[in-house]
Amino acid sequence: MVTVVLPRSLVALFPGADRRVSVDGSTVAEVIDALDARWPGMRDRLCVPGPALREYINVFVDTHPADLSTPVPAHGVVHVLPAVAGGSSAR
Amino acid sequence: MDERVLLLVGTKKGAFILEEGAGTSDAWQVRGPLCEGWPINHICHDPATGAVYAGGGNPWFGAAVWRSDDLGETWTHSSAGLNYGPDEAPLRSVWHITPAHGALYAGVEPAGLFRSGDGGATWSHVSGLRDHPTRPGWQPGNGGLICHTVLAHPEHPDRMWVGISSVGCFATEDGGATWEARNRGVRADYMPEKYPETGQCVHKMALAPGMPDRLYQQNHCGTYRSDDAGKSWLCLDDGLPSTFGFPMVAHPRDPETVFSIPLNGAEQGRFVPDGRMAVWTTSDAGRTWRDLRDGLPQDGAYLGVLREGMAVDTLDPFGIYFGTNTGQVFASRDEGAHWSRIADLLPPIYSVETAVVPA
Repeated sequence: MVTVVLPRSLVALFPGADRRVSVDGSTVAEVIDALDARWPGMRDRLCVPGPALREYINVFVDTHPADLSTPVPAHGVVHVLPAVAGGSSAR
Repeated sequence: MDERVLLLVGTKKGAFILEEGAGTSDAWQVRGPLCEGWPINHICHDPATGAVYAGGGNPWFGAAVWRSDDLGETWTHSSAGLNYGPDEAPLRSVWHITPAHGALYAGVEPAGLFRSGDGGATWSHVSGLRDHPTRPGWQPGNGGLICHTVLAHPEHPDRMWVGISSVGCFATEDGGATWEARNRGVRADYMPEKYPETGQCVHKMALAPGMPDRLYQQNHCGTYRSDDAGKSWLCLDDGLPSTFGFPMVAHPRDPETVFSIPLNGAEQGRFVPDGRMAVWTTSDAGRTWRDLRDGLPQDGAYLGVLREGMAVDTLDPFGIYFGTNTGQVFASRDEGAHWSRIADLLPPIYSVETAVVPA
């Protein structure tokens, strides 16, 4: 199982979602698939068609910057973080 | 049956719902921010289902339509199908939502139209609009390349109009399969050709009640009326203090009466003229205009009202309401004769709509 740490602003959109969850997945894409299966619509908040991560969504695998194709080791930790730059249009 | 009016307010930092105080209190109660503080361009009520819908876009999480079935107490959201596919830019925001004929339509940025047949759970692209041969030449306005107006014919589900900033008015008569640009007679003062087929910066359009082939338009370059479903437009600028403004709101029952809020000009700060707030109205389809000021600030009001920022209710006499880009809400319960400020210190207001519900 992989541990995923989600931001408060994402979890707030999905009633019942937790900040720290355990899912199966060997890549970031598979981890997001697992999140979307548990909370339908979560993929749309993190990814654009392509698919690719949204411009202001950062993902780290064991603290290293990642994209959808990045492998996730068993027992790895995936952090999903809104980029600070994304707030520029929310001032 | 007793009825009460809720004001649905979209802002830069979430949606708010205003409700007139119970008992002896005249104060309006403010609920919010709703929708997790997302920028909400438009929030509206569907009287057929009782649902409230809010459209917007979050800089991190993208565009979505929110839905509440309990007048804003709890919300869900979805953007399933709200995209143009992998080869096009992702949607930035939803700008307008129109419930009509059992469906829901969303105008979005980059400009396009989506339809939902299941109350906003899933969406499909009405691709005919973006298939229009002029689309390669569409240019964004100051607010972006946005489809901000969706008007549904009250009787014929196949007939609709949309407004796209810096592009113009389009109409379909076959359910969205094909669209026709309808901008004849509308100026584009910022273009070398003043009357192009498209490129007009429509700011808002309104359907006249009981006369669905009559439309009114507030444009970047003037105020207009069409009596032939948008095929030609007549300029109504005489008697107004400027040619620039955003909202255009129709009387709930009289097709001769509309309301607008002219600003001092596109390049002069976009304030109400001379810092004196007024709503302007005509009761003869734009032949003459008069200003409504009683109770509105008449000194130092350097503020504006955006395209969705004014609305009427359906009561008799009806109420009229507007929100400013500096966070105030003003209301008149007597058709504009007298006004009062009912909320202040909100975030910049993007939209105001009404919901008339059982008391």
